[in-house]
Amino acid sequence: MNKFETELKVGNFVTSECINCNKIVWPPSDYCDNCFKEVNWRKVSTDGTIIELSKQEDDVFCITEFENKIRVMGKLDAEIHMVKPGQTVKLNKCSFNGKSNFFFNLENGQ
Amino acid sequence: MVGYGNTKFTKDELPIESLLLESTKQVFDTTKNLSQDLIDGVIVSTNDNSKYLGAILSELSGIKPKISHTVEHLCSSGSSAVISGFSYIASGLADTVLVTGADKIGNPGQILKWDKSRGEYDRPIYWASMFTKAHKRQFSTTDEELAIVSAKNHKQAIDNPNAYSHKPYTISEIMNSKNVTDDLRILDCSYSCSGSSSILLTSEENVKKFTDEPIWISGIGQKTNSASFTKNELTTLSSTVTAANDAYKMAKTNPQEIDIAEIHDAFSVCELMAVEDLSLAKKNTGASYVRNLFNTENRKINPRGGLIGAGHPLGATGIAQIVEITQQLQNKAEKRQISNAKKGLIHNMSAAATSSTVLVLES
Repeated sequence: MNKFETELKVGNFVTSECINCNKIVWPPSDYCDNCFKEVNWRKVSTDGTIIELSKQEDDVFCITEFENKIRVMGKLDAEIHMVKPGQTVKLNKCSFNGKSNFFFNLENGQ
Repeated sequence: MVGYGNTKFTKDELPIESLLLESTKQVFDTTKNLSQDLIDGVIVSTNDNSKYLGAILSELSGIKPKISHTVEHLCSSGSSAVISGFSYIASGLADTVLVTGADKIGNPGQILKWDKSRGEYDRPIYWASMFTKAHKRQFSTTDEELAIVSAKNHKQAIDNPNAYSHKPYTISEIMNSKNVTDDLRILDCSYSCSGSSSILLTSEENVKKFTDEPIWISGIGQKTNSASFTKNELTTLSSTVTAANDAYKMAKTNPQEIDIAEIHDAFSVCELMAVEDLSLAKKNTGASYVRNLFNTENRKINPRGGLIGAGHPLGATGIAQIVEITQQLQNKAEKRQISNAKKGLIHNMSAAATSSTVLVLES
């Protein structure tokens, strides 16, 4: 299990970031995809933006973007007709059970 | 291209070796003057977890090639394997190469476990839902326009004896078929199934030994943008755009000269996107282009029924597409034949078009 997965398992959504060029390295990796220097691991901001969404039975699922780069798919706690791409969401919870699980909430007032 | 073979695409759980051998046998049965000692390359295309299949197929076929190995590239394994064979011949490392692709229903190539960015939504239906919703949003695409792709390809598959499905569906039946998600109906999806296809490639100087009707690979384009789906643009198959431009350039041709095309319709929306990204239709006219084909019974796109009608045994699909265009250019496609086809195109892609292959074939 790599660092991304071990952190996700305890509820931390982390990304790799290059120690040399300070770029976010996503998807998570042991080396920078630009300069091949080593990476640090840090928490990802919990503020995300919806890129696209759909629904399966009662579950709304979406692609959410964090820090203008990191995109993941997860479950959104909202009525689908209340949501549009571009809307901001919060990462509410994440976990790992062989697959990554991400749960998003609409921000207050939306 | 001097020989080919195809099995029927089915739900049967057959051993991968049996599938590979079945279409290979057809190459031997139908190619004149072919003997095992003339083949110096055997390339297998599959997503199956079995090992050493290039050598296994060689042994089962009585071939002792110089080169044998497996190519895996998810859904475009087949066209990637053909490009490997082409490259061996072009480089002089081999003269005649057998390329055989196969997969079993339930093969592991349908889910890319590495792509953790997909989260729990790791099956293809989820990226297809994202593509479809984004397409509806940007181009006002309707469920009916999507259903026309499926209706056309199911209808065309009826005349393909190897197709998984021989059942016609009305537009209404497709629109009212089970919702897989809010944006995807079950009949807008291709099906993983079991099947095998083979192609025999040889160098220019050997062609006449095997056939009087060779089909030439005149253009090749490939592009990989990423492995992660979530990095994709959602309304353009950008790897397809690049691969197509490279293939047209290599073939010294243009989209207007393409008479017939096999397109990777893993889901209905993919065909609408691909006809535009291959420049066969102008941007935002894909739906009307496909509707016109359907209304006029024009088989120019996906004459064998596409992935939706013919089925999608991943490792065989790209090769089956090439076999179809080869038959069309040889005027041997029987009930599926379109008239006067001189140039054909194959579009094969992987993992939500994170990578694409485009080939141009000529008679």
